[in-house]
Amino acid sequence: MTVKHTKSLSGLALAAMLASTAFTGVQAQEETIKVGILHSLSGTMAISETTLKDAMLMLIEEQNKKGGLLGKKLEAVVVDPASDWPLFAEKARELIEVNGVSAVFGCWTSVSRKSVLPVFEELNSLLFYPVQYEGEESQRNVFYTGAAPNQQAIPAVDYLMNEEGVERWVLAGTDYVYPRTTNKILEAYLKSKGVADEDIMINYTPFGHSDWQTIVSDIKTFGSAGKKTAVVSTINGDANVPFYKELGNAGIKAEDIPVVAFSVGEEELAGLDTGPLVGHLAAWNYFQSIDTEVNAEFIDAWHAYIGDDTRVTNDPMEAHFIGFNMWVKAVEKAGTTDPDAVIDSIIGVTVPNLTGGYSAMMPNHHITKPVLIGEIQDDGQFETVWETSGLVVGDAWSDYLEGSKDLIADWRAPLSCGNFNTATGKCGGSGS
Amino acid sequence: MLALALLCAVFAGTVQAQSADDDLRARLNALASGGFDETQRQIDAIAATGDPRAAPALEALSEGDLYFRQSDSAVFIVRTEGSGYALQDPLTLEGVGTAGRREVKKIRVNNRLRRVIRTALGTLTLRAPDPAARIEAADAIFKAQDVDSIEPLDAALAAETDTDVARHMREARAAAVLASGRPTQDKLEAIATIAARGDRDARSLLTGISNGPDTALHDAANAAIAKVERVQGLWDTARNIWFGLSLGSVLLLAAIGLAITFGVMGVINMAHGEMVMLGAYTTFVVQSLFRTAAPEYFDYSLIVALPAAFLVAGLVGIAIERGIIRFLHDRPLETLLATWGVSLILQQSVRTIFGPTNQEVGNPSFMSGAFEIGQLTITYNRLWIVVFALVVFTVLLVAMKATRFGLYVRAVTQNRRMSASMGIRTPLVDALTFGLGSGIAGIAGVALSQIDNVSPNLGQSYIIDSFMVVVFGGVGNLWGTLLGAFTLGIANKFLEPFAGAVLAKILVLVFIILFIQKRPRGLFALKGRAVDA
Repeated sequence: MTVKHTKSLSGLALAAMLASTAFTGVQAQEETIKVGILHSLSGTMAISETTLKDAMLMLIEEQNKKGGLLGKKLEAVVVDPASDWPLFAEKARELIEVNGVSAVFGCWTSVSRKSVLPVFEELNSLLFYPVQYEGEESQRNVFYTGAAPNQQAIPAVDYLMNEEGVERWVLAGTDYVYPRTTNKILEAYLKSKGVADEDIMINYTPFGHSDWQTIVSDIKTFGSAGKKTAVVSTINGDANVPFYKELGNAGIKAEDIPVVAFSVGEEELAGLDTGPLVGHLAAWNYFQSIDTEVNAEFIDAWHAYIGDDTRVTNDPMEAHFIGFNMWVKAVEKAGTTDPDAVIDSIIGVTVPNLTGGYSAMMPNHHITKPVLIGEIQDDGQFETVWETSGLVVGDAWSDYLEGSKDLIADWRAPLSCGNFNTATGKCGGSGS
Repeated sequence: MLALALLCAVFAGTVQAQSADDDLRARLNALASGGFDETQRQIDAIAATGDPRAAPALEALSEGDLYFRQSDSAVFIVRTEGSGYALQDPLTLEGVGTAGRREVKKIRVNNRLRRVIRTALGTLTLRAPDPAARIEAADAIFKAQDVDSIEPLDAALAAETDTDVARHMREARAAAVLASGRPTQDKLEAIATIAARGDRDARSLLTGISNGPDTALHDAANAAIAKVERVQGLWDTARNIWFGLSLGSVLLLAAIGLAITFGVMGVINMAHGEMVMLGAYTTFVVQSLFRTAAPEYFDYSLIVALPAAFLVAGLVGIAIERGIIRFLHDRPLETLLATWGVSLILQQSVRTIFGPTNQEVGNPSFMSGAFEIGQLTITYNRLWIVVFALVVFTVLLVAMKATRFGLYVRAVTQNRRMSASMGIRTPLVDALTFGLGSGIAGIAGVALSQIDNVSPNLGQSYIIDSFMVVVFGGVGNLWGTLLGAFTLGIANKFLEPFAGAVLAKILVLVFIILFIQKRPRGLFALKGRAVDA
């Protein structure tokens, strides 16, 4: 249905464009600012991305109730890239060239983001990317509102090390770019903290892996070496459900071997009986259970919009909330939606986040966020057990990887570079 | 210490009992204030009283059911009741009214506190009347290596009559002794006790000792570890075989419907996975009905879901056969594309109706948890699925070999025109056979919903595996499917510990490709005229 809706929408947009060229004077006061939404509504990733599409539509509707932007109404243009990575690039081009959107909010997987990067660069438009990712990237046209590794993975490992006294580590992940890069960073980080090679076990599984018996049994064996053990999980989406079921059934309790996950949020837990999982951990920058006025308002608005008060909110939704408000503020500051002007004006823009503080857009196009560690509760929510004392600045290039520790990103003039090498003093290329 | 407290409670006058009561209540109420560190100190203090009456409150705290009232910080065990909570006195366990959601607040716990509580409970419940509770208490002390528990354990051991419980207590005592400052002789005895246990936890403790500061114990610990590891090696093999059987049964369930539609009828049915998915969603719908209408019979929901899933998937299968496949006889490529299209349509319809998110399918109580044979942990859901897969296979085999319908099916697939001239209504048989294969896939979905997540993509993850099993086993032979599924399952599980999950899968595929080169018709080739038809 949504797809059809989209087609008629883009059809309308086309008609409107034709009309506006013909009767420019008459149509002027009905002109809108178009916002593109590039999330999969079918295929594997629909499970996660459909919610984000709805969240964006809600944010746009609310902004219109407040009077729109620069005196014009906002208009959402929804397309469906269908979990097909090359199609993401095509749809991005369609949004920018055919529909003439001023900014695009979208993508989930890193590979979809990589696929649209050249399009945004070539056509000089804006992309707001709301999901935690592996870092090692900073692009002029992209704003990363999800967590970089230092805003999620590193603090989580610190928590386990300091609060739970963990000495042995299982790094388990799905076999693709985000877990592999994150685990590379974590491995380097753990070794820098004096963890020995034999105390780290790295394990990769295919997408949608469903038979976890051997791996869970391996984790149990690995955990019986007389040292406190924890699992750091970058297992993606769907595969988590059978993984946690197997853990619960095999009797691995959070008190014995806690699992800290970077891809398991409220939405993923919705398909699970969380009784046996109480105490397992997740690291995010937002939990639905956060007790603040602004979060309560956001949840109420979401329930009212979606018409179902059992639907949960999650971290990438908050990232869109922050990203959208930043864009609105930057456009107001610049007085235009022109991408070049917005890229200049958005740096330093500060907006409220849902955890009771303020997030700012940094010169490296990442944002400041608090880091929260939550324990799974039996109602499918998280309870915050630890948080960073202040906001953490997203770091585009990890300090723990060879070749990236000398790089910085700063998109302000005169540097204007996403990978400036402080060792050689040159922009571009990978580091030492 | 515990014995002392009990003696006090029995012999002391009412006045003292009253004051002990007040004291404990005051300590429980103190749990309401402060952060995690403060709460931990309070739990330790409560454990030090040795008063078993504190056990229910601590248990509730660990499970997140202990709340305090905002107005006077009095502590209660709560249960959700309607939109509010029913309050229970933490000591007498009597109901003391209700409270609204905003009036009471949960006392927060984290993993560290849960560990502390587990140890505290261990000491408090060593004398519990239920042997299972005593074993649990002893195991908690074993895990925590709680040195303070040695004396209560000695006291409890002296009074213990159950040999099984006594063994657990001796092991717990040995673990505690190893952590204590007792003389080397005591510790050597403890190592022997723990080595006899021979499992992973034992190995974990012993490894700690062999790396520990006391060099006098290193040799004993290392010898014990070597012994434990020999035993472990055997159990590892047993474990791999069991995991392989379990994976094999899942493959069998996924493939057995396809063995009918593809194997017997020769239809390349790409929508097979979606039939499995429909079965899983039927389970979800049935369970939702049970949850609202008769939550007390929830355990029976799967029994209702089985015929329902068979019917739903079977009817959809018949509709596909009547609507599409019968027009594409002998055109395998078109059939492949058409059924693939159907699979996309089914996926997206389910996504539109139920939403893209995973649906929660609960495990009935007889399918939750695990039991242990020696050191092999067998989870109930996996066990039931192995049993279920074999039952489905047997029923299907009997249906194909011993019923009139089965005879018709075999006749039609072997020689359609001859069967038609014998008076068999071939179109009807075609539709029913396809319906049977789809229906079997549907009930496989009921079983798979217990171990996998129920989402619109469920079917996709099984379609490749299903074809692999059927082709490997030999197209058109049910026994081949059975043997193929278990062979691939066990091979996969023996490769996985060495090669990792990703590589194991690739190796299995390479193996099948080579095998098919050698024996193009799979393990069991059909003989006779049908082969070239």
